[in-house]
Amino acid sequence: MSDGVPSVTRVSGTAVPIRGNDIDTDQIIPARFLKVVSFEGLGQFAFFDQRYDEADEPTDHPMNRPRHEDANVLVVNANFGCGSSREHAPQALMRWGIDAIVGESFAEIFAGNCLSLGIPTVTASAEEITALQEWVDGNPDEEVTVDIEAETVTYSDNTVDATVGEGQRTALVDGIWDTTALMRSNQAAIDATATDLPYVDGGQP
Amino acid sequence: MSEGTLYDKVWDAHRVTTLPNGQDQLFVGLHLIHEVTSPQAFSMLAEREMDVARPELTLGTVDHIVPTDDRTRPYDDAAEEMMQSLEQNAAEAGIELLDPTTGDQGIVHVVGPEQGLTQPGKTIVCGDSHTATHGAFGALAFGIGTSQIRDVLATGTVAMEKKAVRHIEVTGELGEGVTAKDVILGIIRRLGTDGGVGYVYEYGGEAIEALDMAGRMSLCNMSIEGGARAGYVNPDETTYAWLESTDYFEDNPGEFERLRPYWESVRSDADADYDDVVTVDGTALEPMVTWGTTPEQGVGITDPVPEPSSLPEDKRQRARDAQAHMGVEPGETMEGYPVDVAFLGSCTNARLPDLRRAASVLDGRTVHDSVRALVVPGSQRVSTAAEAEGLRETFVEAGFEWREPGCSMCLAMNDDQLVGDEVCASSSNRNFVGRQGSSAGRTVLMNPSMVAAAAVAGEVTDVRDLPPTGTPGSQPGVSV
Ligand code: SF4
Repeated sequence: MSDGVPSVTRVSGTAVPIRGNDIDTDQIIPARFLKVVSFEGLGQFAFFDQRYDEADEPTDHPMNRPRHEDANVLVVNANFGCGSSREHAPQALMRWGIDAIVGESFAEIFAGNCLSLGIPTVTASAEEITALQEWVDGNPDEEVTVDIEAETVTYSDNTVDATVGEGQRTALVDGIWDTTALMRSNQAAIDATATDLPYVDGGQP
Repeated sequence: MSEGTLYDKVWDAHRVTTLPNGQDQLFVGLHLIHEVTSPQAFSMLAEREMDVARPELTLGTVDHIVPTDDRTRPYDDAAEEMMQSLEQNAAEAGIELLDPTTGDQGIVHVVGPEQGLTQPGKTIVCGDSHTATHGAFGALAFGIGTSQIRDVLATGTVAMEKKAVRHIEVTGELGEGVTAKDVILGIIRRLGTDGGVGYVYEYGGEAIEALDMAGRMSLCNMSIEGGARAGYVNPDETTYAWLESTDYFEDNPGEFERLRPYWESVRSDADADYDDVVTVDGTALEPMVTWGTTPEQGVGITDPVPEPSSLPEDKRQRARDAQAHMGVEPGETMEGYPVDVAFLGSCTNARLPDLRRAASVLDGRTVHDSVRALVVPGSQRVSTAAEAEGLRETFVEAGFEWREPGCSMCLAMNDDQLVGDEVCASSSNRNFVGRQGSSAGRTVLMNPSMVAAAAVAGEVTDVRDLPPTGTPGSQPGVSV
């Protein structure tokens, strides 16, 4: 663990299933919500166009159902998060309350953006995911545990094998997923580099 | 692996350490910020209760969304919000902000060099892909994303992977009417928009050494359109002369003498090793124009638009789509292609020499009736200097609108936009579909004199063929 960055070894909590392959970043956060000066408050716009109809009435989207309102594990299908590189997408999910995502597969840039926020993106087979989504439907108040270190997902009496990926696992478990914190911990070396640069105040000629 | 190049030397001088994720942590010598990409990074910093690590190495300006006509505050909703957010962030952190009241405001890649802060041997970053522009001074300059801006604000450093270095040698003397813009469009045409992926471009050779600083900035600016992570020119007497004339060093000549040996020391060694070398015959280049919707889809003004079938297989479909969007016919040159809008601006071509070149074409001529023409100087300093030389008068008399500095129609985030399928003769850097504010709009990239010539003729024209304007000394509007 470096400079206060939490090591993320496991995430437990109730879950919310969002079904469908190729869910892109425009669905996760529609483009019109990008003209903002902060990521704060983006949570309310997560999946906005699916959560509200044309009359702005809430739909039956899983994220609108009271039984999932405290969920922090998102269960999705294949190629989740494809499309643009906008960091607004994982930001919106995180700010809605999501701490971990389990799915069949993820778009690479989206997974990278999740990692920079400390959100694990864990994969399992299509059958395991479908079974988990069905179980969550029937047991919305029960906990799912995503174990990053052991690469498993546990619910009820089942423990299924999941894949985290070496780079992601090291970064999360060792608490080095946040480059800001990682780099801040090298303050002495930063100062030494600056001192050797002639154009920085206090630098050597 | 390259060795002994400016890139290697500047990288090594700024390398703090290698991170556990394999990237190098680099010290940042100058962080430029503007109103569109910085607010979220500041919010992320505030959420973590962190302060800006090096406000004295940070400089802000407003350019992307700022209006170029009426600048009475408040601006329109989004522009005003972004403006206020930057003002507040800069004030709280103690960062200098070149807002329009300072007389120093302008496009971020124009003002850094003007202020004398863009210097050889510095690392320079900005949340903007055209940061490569600053490489013209022998700086290592990169565009970065939101999380990286946060990293730089919080630590004064950035995490990066080292790239390979390609030396591009442009030999000989450029012909009449051929500028740095034509050199870079020629390079991108040859190497492709993805040819530079994995590389940083070093530009050298007789044609490059002969360029003034404005030309070198136009050249390095479009490295990113060629897919390169950055581009640079080794510093020389031309570079030092620019620096010496900036306020920064005029006020402090001792500093100039003190830093000069460092600048000279970072030049690539004569026997430096490169990962790749490409040679371009500068004497064979013509004024370039694009016929398509990516910067690599360009031709010399007297050359025909290519048949898609004559292109490599993976480029054919894109060429067909582009020709359909633009409404151009293969086999013909771009001369005579009708133009509705002439845009002289952007961080590629809105510096004083660019304006001078265009004005010399416009002197004694008038913008065609069917053309809406605007000139948007790159900065307030460029604007003031141009007015003092009488260039504004030349533009206005010819029928150009003279605007306040900003990015304007380069990306059309303010009100300066194409309408419908209008064609724009543009001195900017991107001809992507929709870039200038209309999804049916069509952009033809070219150098500033060619933009002026297109404005006068109402169609794409070879500036070298314009008929002379009356007898020497004749006054426009006075019959002889
Ligand atoms: S002028 Fe265009 S390319 Fe340059 S910084 Fe502004 S928007 Fe970007």
